[in-house]
Amino acid sequence: MACHGVKTNVRKRRGGKRDLRKILLMGNPNVGKSVVFSRLTGVRVIASNYPGTTVGYTHGLMKVGEEMAEVIDVPGTYGLEPSCEAEEIALQMLATGDVVINVIDATNLERNLNLTLQLLEKDIPMVVALNMWDDVGHRGIHIDLKRLEELLGVPVIPTVAVSGQGIKELVESIPAARAPRRPPISHDERWAAIGSITEQVQQVTHRHHTWLERLEDASVRPFTGIIIAAVVLVGTFLGIRFIGESLITYVLDPIFEYLWTPVVLFLSNLLGGSGILHDILLGNIVAGEVNYIESFGLLTTGLYVPFAMVLPYIVSFYLVLGLLEDIGYLPRLAVLMDTIMHRLGLHGYAIIPTLLGLGCNVPAILATRILESKRERFIAATLISIAVPCAALQAMVFGLVGQRGIQYVAMVYGTLFVVWVVLGFVLNRVVKGFSPELLIEIPPYRIPPWRTVLQKLWLRVHGFLHEAIPIILGAVLVMNILYAVGFFDVIADFTAPVVTGLLGLPKEAVVALAIGFLRKDVAIGMLAPLALTSGQLVVGSVVLAMFFPCIATFVVLLRELGTTGMLKAAAIMIVVALSVGGLLNLIL
Amino acid sequence: MTVTKRLNLSQMYPGQSGRVVGVDGGVGLVGRLSALGIRPGRKITKLSSMLMRGPVTVQVGGTRLAVGFGMASRILVELEQ
Repeated sequence: MACHGVKTNVRKRRGGKRDLRKILLMGNPNVGKSVVFSRLTGVRVIASNYPGTTVGYTHGLMKVGEEMAEVIDVPGTYGLEPSCEAEEIALQMLATGDVVINVIDATNLERNLNLTLQLLEKDIPMVVALNMWDDVGHRGIHIDLKRLEELLGVPVIPTVAVSGQGIKELVESIPAARAPRRPPISHDERWAAIGSITEQVQQVTHRHHTWLERLEDASVRPFTGIIIAAVVLVGTFLGIRFIGESLITYVLDPIFEYLWTPVVLFLSNLLGGSGILHDILLGNIVAGEVNYIESFGLLTTGLYVPFAMVLPYIVSFYLVLGLLEDIGYLPRLAVLMDTIMHRLGLHGYAIIPTLLGLGCNVPAILATRILESKRERFIAATLISIAVPCAALQAMVFGLVGQRGIQYVAMVYGTLFVVWVVLGFVLNRVVKGFSPELLIEIPPYRIPPWRTVLQKLWLRVHGFLHEAIPIILGAVLVMNILYAVGFFDVIADFTAPVVTGLLGLPKEAVVALAIGFLRKDVAIGMLAPLALTSGQLVVGSVVLAMFFPCIATFVVLLRELGTTGMLKAAAIMIVVALSVGGLLNLIL
Repeated sequence: MTVTKRLNLSQMYPGQSGRVVGVDGGVGLVGRLSALGIRPGRKITKLSSMLMRGPVTVQVGGTRLAVGFGMASRILVELEQ
């Protein structure tokens, strides 16, 4: 896809006052620009083996010689003809920059040189980073560096950004950047020039296909592709579950049981075993037994939910997803899913935001920017916020509903999946406009270095700890205070017709629905002390999953869809959640 | 006398290759495809196609692409003999 929807503001240089030198990182999508960026600046970024990871733009600082300079990671483009938003932005940024580092995928010289030659026509000094240099040999490609440098007229530095090789040389070459200012040429002339350059500098020797390449082919053929997809998805599910449950059983539960319980009991004694402060901090502690799920104190459930129930699944989900991303499997899944996704008004690429949504809806909705049309973005974001449960919610569903038997967990997932399909089908009919066709690059499989996989995992886990923990503790605190002042009794009576009449839940469940706005995991946890039947637990979990998104998701929905779009999505959400909940109540 | 056969990409069989002769579409589509490497004169190999008018995967140069069925029907290819 040549265009990725990119929303960003381009800062114009403030008139007259010259601030830091601006270094622009430019190149095709998925050539490793973001990794080069993180190497140059030390800012950690998330990079994945599929085009379009950099939405918006990132900037940071680096040192060139003695001077500090600003580095900007420009969204990936295939050319400079302003035919789409991303390319327009790239062009505008180009006008404000002082030096360009053009990052090229060395294994794909010909296609990458299109942008390079267009950049050489501009009046801006440039150096070329010939990235993925380590892959060149594996693919039987030989590139004559000296000759390439002569032909382009700018320094060319081979780099392997993931390992850091060549980055030092790249930085040292920046002062030598040159602007050859080639005369502008037409499309056809440019392609002819590219052909002649590649012919002179590149030799491709024939060699046998590696097993990785055989697998690459097999995973996009209809028959073998579906088998591989099934194996990958089942393996993913089992892997996530195995790692998550192992962390809970062998690491976190023992920590809480043997290390934290004595502290809680000591505090409980200290506070006299009851009273408002005791209940807020520790919740109900009956006969010296700490029930971490039902007690609902700040230091009991408030810590147990995020650390012992959700965190293990966040770690295992993002570890497995990160591997799939970096290996480069996801675009292949997009190709396989394309036919089905078109029935839902989306093209196959929408499967990537959807999978991200199984981790957290916030980055998932941001990732819908890789879809081209506004219509697709609306459908994808609405479907994600309604029918794609985040890892925190899923962990709680496994923890709580799973105790009643795996068939109830299956009911929750089955219902959400049916809603996803049916709602997508309906939205495809109802929402005006059409969905564009798939056009994506399929990256080669790469075996990702462990270091980058773990670094990405850490970034995401850190994001969870940093953002979720305060909200979880806040939600438990607010809830305890509101309980103490009797606020929820009033609401519960008021909403009883809907909650009890329609959904068949005890009226107190409305508290959980309300808290769901803050955190879905805490909300599911609140269903625990209500002594629900298994059927009611399924209804409660499904309604919570579909009903209003948590506040963070709500904010990105508002930002990405605008007020009208968000209101539409919210209306759909309420109607669908209540009707599906009501229907389930009748069936179960 | 050599007989050349023109087909569009969606009509080709997986494994067949040929040269692109043209793209039947507007400036936008022609531009997007040519930036990704699909332009007249380039050698193109069809790798596979998905069932039920699903996307077609091709190899051009060092790049693998997935192209929607409708788009693939607009890409004209002269088969290699």
